[in-house]
Amino acid sequence: MTWSEMQPLLEQAGQETLIMVGWSTLLAVVGGLPLGILLVLTDKGGLLQNTVVNKVIGQVVNIGRSLPFIILMVALMTFTRWVTGTTIGSEAAIVPLAIGGIPFFARLVETAVREVDGGLVEAVQAMGGNTWTVVRKVLVPEALPSLIASTTTTIIALIGYSAMAGTVGGGGLGDLAVRYGYNRFESGLMWVTVAILAVAISLIQFAGDATARALHRRGGRSGAAPRLRLLKTEEPATADVSKVA
Amino acid sequence: MITTSGLTKVYRSRGREVTALDGVDLHVREGEVYGVIGQSGAGKSSLIRCVNLLERPTAGTVTVAGQDLTALAGRGPRAGKELRQARSRIGMVFQHFNLLSSRTVQDNIELPLEILGKTGQERSRKALELLDLVGLADKAKSYPAQLSGGQKQRVGIARALAGDPKVLLSDEATSALDPETTRSILQLLRDLNRQLGLTVLLITHEMDVVKSICDSAALMEKGRIVESGTVSDLLATPGSALAAALFPVGGDPSGDDRTVLDVTFHGEAATQPVISHLSRTYNIDISILGAAIDTVGGLQVGRMRIELPGRYEDNVVPVGFLREQGLQIDVVNNDAVGDGQPLLVKEGAK
Ligand SMILES: Nc1ncnc2c1ncn2[C@@H]1O[C@H](COP(=O)(O)OP(=O)(O)OP(=O)(O)O)[C@@H](O)[C@H]1O
Ligand SMILES: [Mg+2]
Repeated sequence: MTWSEMQPLLEQAGQETLIMVGWSTLLAVVGGLPLGILLVLTDKGGLLQNTVVNKVIGQVVNIGRSLPFIILMVALMTFTRWVTGTTIGSEAAIVPLAIGGIPFFARLVETAVREVDGGLVEAVQAMGGNTWTVVRKVLVPEALPSLIASTTTTIIALIGYSAMAGTVGGGGLGDLAVRYGYNRFESGLMWVTVAILAVAISLIQFAGDATARALHRRGGRSGAAPRLRLLKTEEPATADVSKVA
Repeated sequence: MITTSGLTKVYRSRGREVTALDGVDLHVREGEVYGVIGQSGAGKSSLIRCVNLLERPTAGTVTVAGQDLTALAGRGPRAGKELRQARSRIGMVFQHFNLLSSRTVQDNIELPLEILGKTGQERSRKALELLDLVGLADKAKSYPAQLSGGQKQRVGIARALAGDPKVLLSDEATSALDPETTRSILQLLRDLNRQLGLTVLLITHEMDVVKSICDSAALMEKGRIVESGTVSDLLATPGSALAAALFPVGGDPSGDDRTVLDVTFHGEAATQPVISHLSRTYNIDISILGAAIDTVGGLQVGRMRIELPGRYEDNVVPVGFLREQGLQIDVVNNDAVGDGQPLLVKEGAK
């Protein structure tokens, strides 16, 4: 297979991955951020302490987190068809990706928000601020460096998930690698895909870390120091790509 | 300005109960600096946090500026609108400053004004004015991480003043600072108290803080106030533990069968002629074990520990003579001698 044959395939697949990961990240952040914050607020000693709500959200998030993505995807097929009218294609893949991403991000948000100094919350309460003020003016801005780092981790995880989603007709780079590399023994295309994914993940990680660190350096003291994740292999993404290959 | 009556706070955690406040009656007058001192765990923080209801009292009432805050508390754990409004009129300063690291100094000071719904223009005018007041006009655009501890606390104080409060609460505001910086922050609080007529309730475990700026003080032990009053009244109270701690004089008796007296005199009263007069009149040898003159709460106070030969029973007449001269005499019993601060153990900053 020559480069000119590969190029249109890669472009098409790249776009599909971008759509899947882009939308599902957006949805994961929009859904996961409030859930993560609620987990902290409703916890014991929290501003909205509510054991029942906390337990329920916690359980849902745990199940969402622990279910292997491929099973979640299959389990959600009816729901996906109901939302998008189909179970095939990038748009259909966004549904399970987002639903897998929400609890993933929510847990990271919870950890990040928990690390915000309780004294700051108290200070805002002493000024006469309500819970919403605390969330808006303290929890989110103070946890921002960690939240950025969490978003990076989520994007990378979703790239990994999207490779799996692709195999069920979602398209994308992962799917391309499987179809050509595994089914048709086009190892050239497969390696190019792997390289593109590797470079993309590194770039995202780099950009995320740089942003988080820049914010953190400005802020200094409070908020968790975002760890350098470049060398760690905890991301499902790397594992999934090699599995696919 | 601040009155608590029967204030009680019981913490319940995992079946265990801790009574942090046990019927505290506190009365802080308008325009004064009131210090609450006590050992770690005495309930000082619980007390100050109950004043603006950051902590719900288990029983008792809190009145600030004539408003019964406990009545505004409502039932649930969340603060209702009225309580939040009342809080915005009470400034609070914290031991660890509690500044938002994501905001500049100016934006930190503007935060309470944002909560009050002030416009951007009003906010920045007020913030810059306050920065000027606390002597940090050039740091408006810095981040808290770029400031020293003392500067951070100045920002904390400016922020606490943003809502033009009549009352300032301070929980160990200087405990994380070195002695030099502590002095400058205390001076600032004193100046604000004088200039703005601000009522200040401060919590501390350092006697020096009370000594340098407080008009009144209370000593807390195990959730109760065991002594309280204006500093001058306390110093004039025989046997006051606070007075002894505020103004310790040392000196051990030279042997048994001696009477040791602490002589306290205020302002211009001089002991020298009195002591020599005593010595001549009764023909006794008096040794001076220790003496000091200090300024406590803006008052000149002198204390002298003297020793008379013989037991107390033998010295009733000379002691009576000294009292007649208008001096305050505390008879030091032998067990307590050598222990200038019987009740308060100094701790390092935590
Ligand atoms: N949130 C809480 N839950 C349970 N117990 C508490 C809580 N806060 C304080 N206590 C207990 O109440 C008592 C008084 O605590 P408090 O913090 O008021 O003391 P303090 O005088 O401020 O001490 P320090 O000088 O160490 O700050 C202590 O025994 C403490 O363990
Ligand atoms: Mg305390």
